[in-house]
Amino acid sequence: MKIVTICGAGIGSSGILKVNAERVLQRLDIEADVVAADIGSVRAVAEDAQVILTSAEFVDAIGPTFADVIVIVNHFDQQELAEKLERALG
Amino acid sequence: MTLPPIPDDAIVLGATASTWQEAVRTAGSALVRSGAARPGYSDAMVRMIDEHGPYVVIAPGLALAHARPDDQVLATGLAVVTLATPVEFGHPHNDPVRVVLGLAVDSVGGHLESIADLANVFNDTSVIVVLADAASPDEVRSLMGVSSL
Repeated sequence: MKIVTICGAGIGSSGILKVNAERVLQRLDIEADVVAADIGSVRAVAEDAQVILTSAEFVDAIGPTFADVIVIVNHFDQQELAEKLERALG
Repeated sequence: MTLPPIPDDAIVLGATASTWQEAVRTAGSALVRSGAARPGYSDAMVRMIDEHGPYVVIAPGLALAHARPDDQVLATGLAVVTLATPVEFGHPHNDPVRVVLGLAVDSVGGHLESIADLANVFNDTSVIVVLADAASPDEVRSLMGVSSL
């Protein structure tokens, strides 16, 4: 499974989401590749992704996708990440 | 520990800013003073938010200002700015902001270890409130587990 984290520059917030998503997935015993990307390359990077994690600001810019788009409010809150990931993957 | 050192020059405590632009530029100036960035990096950080919205406010009270690695970045560096009065970035959930981190990275590939360390610090989100009231650069460094050089 592939999960893509998206932000404006592909550094910073998408990196935080990647790192914390990997920690949560490990705890949930779910195997996935988590890739951080900038909004400009979302189409190419997320083509084969099942889940896109991002901030509310980027939802419209992501455009049509087969992936579940999950909006994260507090990027450091592993409980929020865990609940939203479980809902999307369960 | 892979977070870059945070010298005194990169820390501004109790800064006054009446707009988010001023708050972000204060972090940019701190990155310039500490040798991590050129002055144009402040403009680039403000432009990121103008372009994409207040997504850099990634947790309640905390903004992680940054721009792309480009010729305005001289070295990977982190700046910490605490605000005397909280500033609105326009974020629907995480406003108002009391702590602005300024992040400059010299390459996209090399920054994930630092980011993981940043996550280690802030996964305990109560740190943000304590950091906002830090009284000295040493207290900031101790909360974040970094050195001064």
